[in-house]
Amino acid sequence: MLDRRLLCFTGKGGVGKSTMAAAAALLAVQHGKRVLVVEVDAKGALPALLGHAPVGYRPETVAPGVRAMAMDTEQSLREYLRLNLRVPVVGRIGPLARAFDFVATAAPGVKEILTIGKILWEVRAAIDGTADHDLVIVDAAATGHVVSQLGAPQSIRELADVGPLRSQTEWMIELLSDPAITELNVVTTPEEMPVAETIELVARVRSELSVPLGSVIVNRVLPELFTRADEAAFEAMRAPAASEWIAARAGAGTAEVLDGARLAVELRRARAEHLDALRAAVDLPLLYVPYQFTATPGLRMTTVIAEALGEELGL
Amino acid sequence: MSSDLDQLLAAKEIVVCCGSGGVGKTSVAAAIGLGAAARLGGRVLVLTVDPARRLATALGVGGLGNIERQVPPEVIQAATGAAPRGELWAAMLDTKQSWDQLVLRHAPDEIAAFRILENRLYTNLTARFVQSHDYIAMERLYELHSSGQWDLIVIDTPPSAHAIDFLDAPARMADFFGGRLLRLLTLPYRVGGTRGSRMLNAASKPFYSIADRLLGSRLLEEIAEFFLNFQAMYDGFVERAQAVERLLHDRRTTFAVITTLEAAPLNEAESFIAALVDRKLHLGALVLNKVLPAYFVAPDVINAAAHLSDDADAMGAGLAADASLGGAPLADAARNARVLRTVSESFHNFALVAAREAELRAELGRVPDVVATVPSAESDIGDVQGLAWIAGHLLSTR
Ligand SMILES: Nc1ncnc2c1ncn2[C@@H]1O[C@H](COP(=O)(O)OP(=O)(O)OP(=O)(O)O)[C@@H](O)[C@H]1O
Ligand SMILES: Nc1ncnc2c1ncn2[C@@H]1O[C@H](COP(=O)(O)OP(=O)(O)OP(=O)(O)O)[C@@H](O)[C@H]1O
Ligand SMILES: [Mg+2]
Ligand SMILES: [Mg+2]
Repeated sequence: MLDRRLLCFTGKGGVGKSTMAAAAALLAVQHGKRVLVVEVDAKGALPALLGHAPVGYRPETVAPGVRAMAMDTEQSLREYLRLNLRVPVVGRIGPLARAFDFVATAAPGVKEILTIGKILWEVRAAIDGTADHDLVIVDAAATGHVVSQLGAPQSIRELADVGPLRSQTEWMIELLSDPAITELNVVTTPEEMPVAETIELVARVRSELSVPLGSVIVNRVLPELFTRADEAAFEAMRAPAASEWIAARAGAGTAEVLDGARLAVELRRARAEHLDALRAAVDLPLLYVPYQFTATPGLRMTTVIAEALGEELGL
Repeated sequence: MSSDLDQLLAAKEIVVCCGSGGVGKTSVAAAIGLGAAARLGGRVLVLTVDPARRLATALGVGGLGNIERQVPPEVIQAATGAAPRGELWAAMLDTKQSWDQLVLRHAPDEIAAFRILENRLYTNLTARFVQSHDYIAMERLYELHSSGQWDLIVIDTPPSAHAIDFLDAPARMADFFGGRLLRLLTLPYRVGGTRGSRMLNAASKPFYSIADRLLGSRLLEEIAEFFLNFQAMYDGFVERAQAVERLLHDRRTTFAVITTLEAAPLNEAESFIAALVDRKLHLGALVLNKVLPAYFVAPDVINAAAHLSDDADAMGAGLAADASLGGAPLADAARNARVLRTVSESFHNFALVAAREAELRAELGRVPDVVATVPSAESDIGDVQGLAWIAGHLLSTR
């Protein structure tokens, strides 16, 4: 995974995309890479996961070896115009950006190309050795939007007959399609909807894009409490005779403590079914990251998750 | 028997359920509808967006477009144990179909309508315009409410990057089709009558020269044509968007904010509540969903959990020694001790999460009169039984 130049993390809302992107950045640094993390959804959550305040469009160092930037299509457009069309945009881009926003809303791929274009620009710089980073990690759009984002160069090529945008699409598609360079990872949790979206997304990526898929990261996996024999003992303890005997020694709350363990077993079991469905439908490597009970999001938790991820990757 | 939520539901005609992604909007919306139909009576419609497949099937709306279906009373009775007093209906939101209907309604004639429906930008717009989902949900709500067929409509909202987005959707839609930008964009294609003729004033010229070089003229032309076609529907659209906006402000409409007690969804819920207050919309209820049971923070239970691991060896041996306590499954003292420690450790883990939840709940700022708590069920909510279970919690707590 870490030998690529572009790692994207997508998944349903709230499953842990930002957390995995941040964890992957820490892992990469441990393996001697300099990383640029790009946050695409403008939530501004990612730098905090590395113990840093939110950042803007201009990359800032947020942790040793890691710079981060927040995507901003207006800034990206401005940069693009300056670099490619030699159109200097002075002062506020205001009405032009709004008009552009307007066009971009209706025309497939225009807004997206500004996002993916900037990202690939940085990837190319990394390959050429002209950048301050070796690897670009993208906290990408959620499952619903990521296909149009990564597919933007293709859409544009089909749509724009001439113009620099079209000619730009060629090298972009080439980078995005190269398995030695690009890898799209899908983050999920072992729950019904995230799993369903993952299965659907993998199928869509395969049929609509040429972007290489990496792994499915299953996040927030609950621990397996008991072996089968241990569970039989546990069930016997919940029966009235044993449970009252224990309560006489451990105190009045015993029944609830046992209920609590029962809930943990059931939650894990319900999730196991979804995992089976995922395994049956998707033939990508699955990486499991345990649920962090002590977690408050921040650098410490990201470090623990990076460790778990590294183990799953055999690093 | 009656709860605060009962009173709220009895007084309102529309309940909009909103919140961050995955918190249980769809499940809670359906449960509210079920509870209202079962206990209050009347004709109740749940308008859902993207339900999990099993739930959709349970409600009888799996795979179908904009069609309302009744949930059979016997299914409700089997789940709640009593014959429902009213009717529960469910419908899915089919965004594409709703957009097409909207175009057909507002276009000046059929030819204009088909020109729009066939434009590839239209397909893209309806599929990808970020607000189209939001807007279309509100639009359908308006349509259904105006039909006068429903005593109560409970509407689920689509997962969007920010829960607040759909509140502004009608206004944005009106802006979008009515703004100066639309005129600017279509200008070169309107002047002089010839498509593509460039009689531009000095102000708009830079925009076109850049857009042209960037996009190519064919694309630009296509976009303009699309908007020109759309402009014929402008008045209808804007009027409609404004009517939808008024409906949201109507005193018969209330909002239920759904959240879990996790930092990110809760943050979003709080900013959503602030946005509702800001816009003078009616905040009816806050639903705290998937909350861990209260016993995880009860001192005597925590105490018992500690004993289980402290005295695991002695208790494990005691349970093995007395065959009347469990027999064969408990015959192995070492196993018993291990199980007791595992039980204790698992409790401790969940207690940590529960304590965080309790903390977050204590920090809640402004809350509505009705705050309902729904515990985390042991498995997904995939059938009417599960909805009845949620409804039971919704309508019995405050
Ligand atoms: N393994 C884990 N154990 C416990 N909590 C976790 C775990 N991974 C992530 N979380 C928590 O889940 C929440 C969502 O994580 P995160 O913000 O990374 O998700 P996301 O997919 O980026 O969300 P969004 O779609 O909102 O951007 C955060 O509060 C995070 O701390
Ligand atoms: N009280 C509960 N206990 C256990 N599971 C629940 C509870 N409420 C909802 N769920 C489960 O949580 C998952 C998400 O619920 P639901 O689909 O209702 O959320 P949503 O907010 O509509 O999600 P989305 O934003 O994706 O539309 C479902 O699998 C559902 O079965
Ligand atoms: Mg995120
Ligand atoms: Mg939903």
